Amino acid sequence: MKRLPHWLAVLALVLLPLAASAQQQGLEIDIVGGNASALPIAVVPMPYQGSAAAPGTDVAQVVRADLERSGAFRALPEASMVERPTRGAEVQYPTWRALKQDYLVVGRVVDAGAGSYRVEYELFDVAKQERMLGLALTARSNAMRDVAHQMADAIYEKILGVRGAFWTRIAYITQTGLGKQARYALMVADSDGFNPQTVVRSAEPLLSPSWSPDGSRLAYVSFERGNSSIYIQNISTGARELVTSFRGINGAPTFSPDGRRLALTLSRSGNPEIYVMDLGSKQLTQLTNQFGIDTEPTWSADGSSIYFTSDRGGRPQIYRVASSGGSASRVTFQGNYNATATVSYDGKKIAVAQGSGNNYRIAMMDSSLGSPRWSTLSPGSLDESPSFAPNASMVLYAAREGRRGVLYAVSADARVRQRLVLADGDVREPAWSPYRSPR
Amino acid sequence: MNNTTRVLMISLLSVAVLAGCKKTVKETPPPPADTTGSTGTVVDNTTAAGAYGPNDLDTDACLRQRVVYFDLDQDSLKPEFQAIVGCHAKYLRDRPSSRMNLEGNADERGSREYNLGLGERRGNAVSSAIQAQGGSGSQISVVSYGEERPVCTESNEDCWARNRRVEIVYTAK
Repeated sequence: MKRLPHWLAVLALVLLPLAASAQQQGLEIDIVGGNASALPIAVVPMPYQGSAAAPGTDVAQVVRADLERSGAFRALPEASMVERPTRGAEVQYPTWRALKQDYLVVGRVVDAGAGSYRVEYELFDVAKQERMLGLALTARSNAMRDVAHQMADAIYEKILGVRGAFWTRIAYITQTGLGKQARYALMVADSDGFNPQTVVRSAEPLLSPSWSPDGSRLAYVSFERGNSSIYIQNISTGARELVTSFRGINGAPTFSPDGRRLALTLSRSGNPEIYVMDLGSKQLTQLTNQFGIDTEPTWSADGSSIYFTSDRGGRPQIYRVASSGGSASRVTFQGNYNATATVSYDGKKIAVAQGSGNNYRIAMMDSSLGSPRWSTLSPGSLDESPSFAPNASMVLYAAREGRRGVLYAVSADARVRQRLVLADGDVREPAWSPYRSPR
Repeated sequence: MNNTTRVLMISLLSVAVLAGCKKTVKETPPPPADTTGSTGTVVDNTTAAGAYGPNDLDTDACLRQRVVYFDLDQDSLKPEFQAIVGCHAKYLRDRPSSRMNLEGNADERGSREYNLGLGERRGNAVSSAIQAQGGSGSQISVVSYGEERPVCTESNEDCWARNRRVEIVYTAK
């Protein structure tokens, strides 16, 4: 960690222009922390070589920021690039070896007709002097960030053998104003916080957004009817449906992995319990029946079980129950307050908001190697609402800074954290979307 | 609920009844007849001696108190709030057409959905206490806002204590 200050300086250099353009979007982005063991990669600027107006997006810069944010890569700053090849034939391997780069990405942007652009890019293994990838992607000007995120996904997967999750989205809640002036919004943005879009605005609190597995819909809780109610809304059409509005709490909706069921919390019986609703028939099945608060259900990737928060043992802890019903078993035994579980796609990792006294941090329980090992992903104070990326490489969570809420993305090894801040107001309850294209 | 609490509550209730009685007789003239053509009946406006009337909500020292505070992660009613619960229970008894919402709230620490549960528990605690003193459950609705409706937004003990509360809101007087 002695190299950290150096890396901070390098990262600052890389991110200065990014921060500037981000502020125009109402977001600040900065990386707090570095990773000395990350893989060095040079992503050379990809100039526009066409004859029309150049696209507004610096594709190479977006790719660089994505790879950095994962914690698995460290990108060479542009200023250190003494050569700027745009195609394989121009690559001088000794240059990049001298710069101690393991990987090199070069490319260019050309016209694709009808106002579209094509990005042609190649990935090289510097030591082996081999081309690993050569691809082209076409898009209109307003989709160039999408192209860059897909490039980062392909590079990430080619090198690490794990599917990238940069071309994904995040949903979150914002609040501006206080008391009677408070206004709430359910937002959707790219995974790096860019392109924020409003899905719903409300004068009453909104909370607990949750993605459908195909990424087309969001379930959430709204107080617009006075009491909590659950809605499902189509993101592209805006069409929405009131799902439950029972007496008492209507909360914590989450879609099953097949998208056909919704787990939720209802207190219509007088006490908060976990239910599963069949979205076709609207039929409810009660999963828990316990004196105590049972809430925050979340599905295992195969849909066979549901994790949830319960204080049946005195303090909130994570429990698991078969999604068909049955008895629940306790999952978390470390920490006296564990809530809001998010489960990785392979079920091996569970991240929670872990409280101790007045300090709440994001902690992760990893059972990849058998018995669970705990690690801390966030520095703490009032950190909450963890949400895994679909490839479990990163966790998004909410934190308080002074009186405002901000979002962080932290790599699952806790080495790199990035902050996404809305310029005005409070940001919270992030939910990471599924992959945007099925496989 | 143990016997001691019950005795305490009953004695507090008597005090509240006496206080309410005195005030109504001494200071509060019967409210003018409702001329707006609302659903209020004649009986509503001719309060029996010692019974609360709608004006008392603004003038009675006990009824004017509409917030019950709780300790961290607790939903048990603190003794100092029994008097408030007592006079509001009497109000519900005196005015069967009145309705109240009990809005349960939590401080910002911990998960939002869990805090919705905690807010509801607190609302239920106040509801039970009011019903134990003769208020009818059919007059009471409990709504939990969890940590979504703070009255104070600093992250410190003072502020958290003010947010851990149940607000008594009359939806029909």
